Amino acid sequence: MPTLLDFRRRIRTVKNTQQITRAMKFVAAARLRRAQERALSARPYAKEIARVLRSTMARIENPQHPLLTKRREENVLVVVLTGERGLCGAFNTNVLRKAQDVIRANAEKKILVLPVGKKGRDAFRKRGYEFAGEYVNVLARVEFAVAREIAARITELYASAEVDAVYAVFNEFKSVLAPTLAVEKLLPVEGLASAEETPAEAAIAQVDYIYEQPKEHLLDKLLPRYVETQVLRAMLESSAAEYAARMTAMESATNNAGDVIEALTLHMNKVRQAAITREIIEVVSGASSTA
Amino acid sequence: MFPETLELVVVTPERQLLRESCAGVEIPGADGYLGILPGHAPLMTELGIGRLSSRSGNTEVQLAVIRGFAEVLPDRVTVLAEIAERGEEIDVPRAQAALQRAERRMSSQDSNIDWDRARAALQRALIRVQVARKRRTGAASGSQTVALG
Repeated sequence: MPTLLDFRRRIRTVKNTQQITRAMKFVAAARLRRAQERALSARPYAKEIARVLRSTMARIENPQHPLLTKRREENVLVVVLTGERGLCGAFNTNVLRKAQDVIRANAEKKILVLPVGKKGRDAFRKRGYEFAGEYVNVLARVEFAVAREIAARITELYASAEVDAVYAVFNEFKSVLAPTLAVEKLLPVEGLASAEETPAEAAIAQVDYIYEQPKEHLLDKLLPRYVETQVLRAMLESSAAEYAARMTAMESATNNAGDVIEALTLHMNKVRQAAITREIIEVVSGASSTA
Repeated sequence: MFPETLELVVVTPERQLLRESCAGVEIPGADGYLGILPGHAPLMTELGIGRLSSRSGNTEVQLAVIRGFAEVLPDRVTVLAEIAERGEEIDVPRAQAALQRAERRMSSQDSNIDWDRARAALQRALIRVQVARKRRTGAASGSQTVALG
């Protein structure tokens, strides 16, 4: 039978935990706001470069580039973006499970993994996958330079035909409450031509451009930049989604702690009351026996 | 029919710096500066390291631009810069230190120097210092207009 003191101790520890989770929730909320802003401010560039690349490709007859050539997929590189730390609900588990699905779907091919984030690195190392590099401690504050490094690494692997396709698996930030998982094909670059050509664009497509540099040279510069942008976008989305997941997880942890405290308090009061009642009975029965 | 203004959009991978209409803009192409007025023929160019200035009425905006691309359409200029900074954002002491470092490296006799890199570093530092200084003197002596080519 736990005593009153035991209850008091339990309640105190739960309260301490609740304070921590509440603080973590506020920290995540503040960081989420910043990450969200950064993800948003990166969108115009992504949109414009896709448009410029599309229009350049449309003007080159039969565009040729190492990053455009399709090969039979025999070696597949999977870039997995996870978080650096836990305590963010199912964020890491979800993305790792999705990555496993992708790997399983390509079971007959040779798989290389490039984890971004500590959680992914640890998980894939434990399962014994071959790495094409690893990037950890880069997601707390997403830097363009890092996205660039990752992009350089994957384009190099692709151009040298060490891998025949590159996929990115990451958490996409749609809203705070609805996390979605995305699998995107980074290389070979494809799916540009058909995507959302506006009527104005179609009209301009008739006119030829003046090119200050040869078109092929421009394509050569545009394509790697486009891949960099895709990597950066994935990193920014994933980072915003991570903070959102952490915020939600810490919020529900705080609520759960509140529930536990309530239940414990109720129980404690019952025990206290029972003790008082028992004492009264003892006093009364003692008094009546002496009378 | 020619449009009367240009819509100028300057974006970098990390943010959008500018979206405004202007009367003319000068962009640092990889092979030299380009003066763009409304109604320009469609054009596409790689960017070098230099100063971008846009003009509308009496006001002029200057940015330090480091590499990237620009697309010109009759009524619209889209600048996809790798790095673009406003004068007031530039860390002048840091740029000046970089300038000195680059100058020292360029003038040293060491044969192990990567000349292209050293020159690019020098250009970057120089343009940052120029754009930052321009803003200062411009603010001190009232409006200072620069003829566009």
